[in-house]
Amino acid sequence: MIRSELVQIIADENPHLFQRDVERIVNTVFDEITNALAKGERVELRGFGAFSVKKRDARMGRNPRTGESVPVEAKAVPFFKTGKLLRDRLNGKET
Amino acid sequence: MSEKTLTRMDLSEAVFREVGLSRNESADLVESVLNHVSDALVRGEQVKLSSFGTFSVRDKNARVGRNPKTGQEAPIPPRRVLTFRPSHLMKERVAEGNKS
Repeated sequence: MIRSELVQIIADENPHLFQRDVERIVNTVFDEITNALAKGERVELRGFGAFSVKKRDARMGRNPRTGESVPVEAKAVPFFKTGKLLRDRLNGKET
Repeated sequence: MSEKTLTRMDLSEAVFREVGLSRNESADLVESVLNHVSDALVRGEQVKLSSFGTFSVRDKNARVGRNPKTGQEAPIPPRRVLTFRPSHLMKERVAEGNKS
């Protein structure tokens, strides 16, 4: 499923909404999550999962082509942990 | 790093502000977005959200695990797990926003 398909499903279920409003709704949900992570905040969506930011220490990397060592800066990366309900549903345990 | 945690309520509030539907309907639509993403994943589909990231379902084989506390062996049955791969844009924004 891609973004436009998600928008279409929700638009079909809500005939009173304009398609462009549904697009804005879907975009807002995901932009809001990205914005929170960019501020170092967590996003916890019970049953679905939690988005957080993990710190990666600086390390010595290696150029795979030349084998040369190169320093890699410390950085923050987005992380997602699946919620219990969704994890159970993926494994056929419907509630 | 700040300890703030966003929830469904914050997402609904953002939809309420951005789109101008009632608070109730905004909350229902946020739920609907999450439900449709979940349903697609449960069907085994990949969910690709451009500029956000990709959720994919992977099959894990059965293996013998070990209780780290007791050292006792315990069988882990085959299972499906969900992985999220953030888009380049998200990685860039998170790295930029959290520079120390």
